[in-house]
Amino acid sequence: MDDLLQEFIAETRETLAALSGEIVAWESDPSDRQRLDAIFRFVHTVKGSCGFLDLPRLARLSHAAEDVLAGVRDGARVPDTRLVNAVLAIVDRIGELVEAIDAGMSLDDSGEDVLIAALAEGSDLVGPASALVAQRQPARSVRLSVDLLDRMMSGMSDMVLARNELARRLRDDGADPTVEAALERLSLTVAEMRDTVTRTRMQKVETLFSALPRIVRDTAADLGKAVVLTIEGSDVELDREMIEMMRDPLVHMVRNSIDHGLETPAERTIAGKRENCRLTVSARQSGNQIIISITDDGRGIDVERLIAKLVAAGRSERELRALSAKAKLDLVFQAGLSTKDEVTGISGRGVGMDVVRANIEQIGGRIEIDNSLGRGVRFAIHVPLTLSIISTIVVGVGEQRFAVSRQAIEEIVTVRGQQIRIDMLGDTAAATVRERRMPLIDLGSVMGLPGSGAAPAMLVIVGVVGGSYALAVDSVLDHEELVIKPAAPAVMATGIYAGQTLPDSGLPMLLLDCAGIAAVAGLEFSREEPVEDDAVEATTDAMSALLFDDLDGVRRLVPLEVIDRIEPVPAHSIRFAAGRLRLSIDGRIVPLAAMAEVGDRAIVSVLRLRDGPIEIAYAIGEALDIVSVPSTIVAAREPGPVAGVVGIDGDQIEMLDVHWLFATHGDDVRHEAPPVCLIEGSGSAWMTTFLKPALEGAGYRVATSLPAGERPAVVLTMDPEPAVTVPDSAVVRLRHDRPLGGRDDHSIYRYDRPGLLAALAERAGRR
Amino acid sequence: MLSLFLIAHIAGRAVAIDSAQVESVVDIGSVVPVPRSADQVLGLAALRSRVVTVIDTRVALGLPSAGGAAGRAVITLVEGQHYAILVDSLEDVAPFEMVPLSSGLILDGGWRSTGCGIVERDGEPILAINLRALLPGLAAVAA
Repeated sequence: MDDLLQEFIAETRETLAALSGEIVAWESDPSDRQRLDAIFRFVHTVKGSCGFLDLPRLARLSHAAEDVLAGVRDGARVPDTRLVNAVLAIVDRIGELVEAIDAGMSLDDSGEDVLIAALAEGSDLVGPASALVAQRQPARSVRLSVDLLDRMMSGMSDMVLARNELARRLRDDGADPTVEAALERLSLTVAEMRDTVTRTRMQKVETLFSALPRIVRDTAADLGKAVVLTIEGSDVELDREMIEMMRDPLVHMVRNSIDHGLETPAERTIAGKRENCRLTVSARQSGNQIIISITDDGRGIDVERLIAKLVAAGRSERELRALSAKAKLDLVFQAGLSTKDEVTGISGRGVGMDVVRANIEQIGGRIEIDNSLGRGVRFAIHVPLTLSIISTIVVGVGEQRFAVSRQAIEEIVTVRGQQIRIDMLGDTAAATVRERRMPLIDLGSVMGLPGSGAAPAMLVIVGVVGGSYALAVDSVLDHEELVIKPAAPAVMATGIYAGQTLPDSGLPMLLLDCAGIAAVAGLEFSREEPVEDDAVEATTDAMSALLFDDLDGVRRLVPLEVIDRIEPVPAHSIRFAAGRLRLSIDGRIVPLAAMAEVGDRAIVSVLRLRDGPIEIAYAIGEALDIVSVPSTIVAAREPGPVAGVVGIDGDQIEMLDVHWLFATHGDDVRHEAPPVCLIEGSGSAWMTTFLKPALEGAGYRVATSLPAGERPAVVLTMDPEPAVTVPDSAVVRLRHDRPLGGRDDHSIYRYDRPGLLAALAERAGRR
Repeated sequence: MLSLFLIAHIAGRAVAIDSAQVESVVDIGSVVPVPRSADQVLGLAALRSRVVTVIDTRVALGLPSAGGAAGRAVITLVEGQHYAILVDSLEDVAPFEMVPLSSGLILDGGWRSTGCGIVERDGEPILAINLRALLPGLAAVAA
């Protein structure tokens, strides 16, 4: 905050100095509108800055003065001498307070009420004479002419080049170590110096953005709005001059957005929007411009209301209606306009916007508005890239090197990779990188460079407004921070360069304009609607699956969710036993599914699939990758181990049907706590020998005696009459002979296997 | 009124360049081509810490390029950009008085736009040229 305060003080002091002439002029001719506007802007700026610097006294004074001046602008007040005097007294007071803040002194605030009261209509109070002006401390910063800085910078670059030259010479001559050490030291100093010198001229946009979170928070809190601020691209470096010029406009615009553009949570709920407003401030370099955009998802600019306001202010309605849509939007920049019905302490006088535009245009920039009524506004401030440090990737094409802004690059891939395809669609090249298909532009042919004829080696995936494309280059060489300057008009006229630079190699290099290349290559991107977060969440929900080569050589997928682990097992632990393949592992036997013979492998990879207590194993050839599976699965024609086919990178890949696998292979898995079947009575020996496997196969644990306290699920006996030791048990009786012998005792013939199992299940289940 | 002119040879012809247009005279080292740019742009070269746009003067005059490496050049500053105008050779700098082109004298081809007068050296008329007219991509020269 100290930095901000220092800046505020320096700035106010400077404006005051510049303003003193205006004030005198206004005093002599109070009807001079231009002077009035200048003074009005000054108090407005002071008011704005005080808000977030927490300087309530200054805020109060400036707000009062602003009120009166706004009245004069609207014609509600006549600027008589008394009013002029009162305003001037306030301006003087602001100057005193600022000096006091800088000196760290406190100033008696007794006179301020009088000052403010003096502003009121018909008041004949005269503000007290200025208190003593605090002794001015020497300023801690100095202002230098940009020209001087430029000379320093180019001197610095010359020094770097001379150093490089010297190093080359010394290397060629085989210099002795002491000289080399000295050179090394020189290099270090030069590098450090260069950094410092560069910083004198360049600054990260971050310094411009760092005050925003606080401003947004305070403004939003004052207005009872919930705003989520997102800041992007704060590492872009800009000419300090630009940053300084952008500071006020940006703050104004952000405050305006919150005040006018964004709705209260209640209003948003009614409009069916999420409660939290979204405000995004981003900086990016595009071609030879820096674009700072302020995007909100608020109510948008209501052009009708804008026109109504202006008509009420005396403009011709017919004239306004005749304007183009764009020109109508530009009406927000009219001086003295406010679409807000009441004036707030935040903004609401429409003063911001005309000042904003004046400031931006002063540095050769412009503001574009992209309005969508009810959905939000995007203000894009375009400022020329006079000089900037851009983080770049250097790519090689043929003999030449070019720089590409790193911000534009989404990723860089080698064409050799498996996930990359390059195809010709008609005469148009297209690249498929993983699941994305995009146009391919060969940089060499766009440039008209003699091509090697070979397939491109590297693809640089570049994002431009509306889409992405792949830029084929021969090599990706380096990452460099480069000082970019605009190139000659003849060079810029090609439309594919954003600027030029002189890297340490001493050979000039051009920065590519990725959007320009797309335009020159004839690509057209339809503007996509921004994807809503909700949709993003839905896609991130996509299923992950393991891609593997199966034993039968087919590539298949299995949902990652069911895989407990993947384990290599010796082949001899897999046996065909008791009607099916089984795997012995961890002292247990687990059913194993396999699409083909294990063959002569010594080690087999096995997927251990688990669904709750049920576990099965699935033998595979080799696990390959974890992929995200699209939600659409084309179902198989018949139920079986394969549920269907999904498309991954254009390949059709079978997806295992885990439900079928568990249903088919998992059925003979023992329940973790299987029901106990107690065998009792005279036939126990026979029953144990003959029935136990069948019973166990059906999921019972067979016991001939139970520890005290444990109850069987069912008791199986061959004795005719209950000699059952466990009272109240479900009992199934077996009989020796098939015929019933006249009476129905609900006994079951001992070889009637289905009957027996059914009876057991029925009785055991009844309990 | 006398003013200083630099006498140079371009495409085998002697020309006079007003010294006010000349920032310096240099030897151009390696030139990095600029693909897709106008033909008269030979490329970019580094001049100490500055990047200059090198103009192939022969092409700018509508003559076939001499090809080969760049050599001597006159550096001129136009609208904030430095350009290197290639010349065959340089003679000297001397004060001359520029007179308008004699009436009825129509210059040929590319010379027409760049020629702006005549200086006379020991009875030999030399065409005075305006370097700006050789540069592509600029607004037309005010008369």
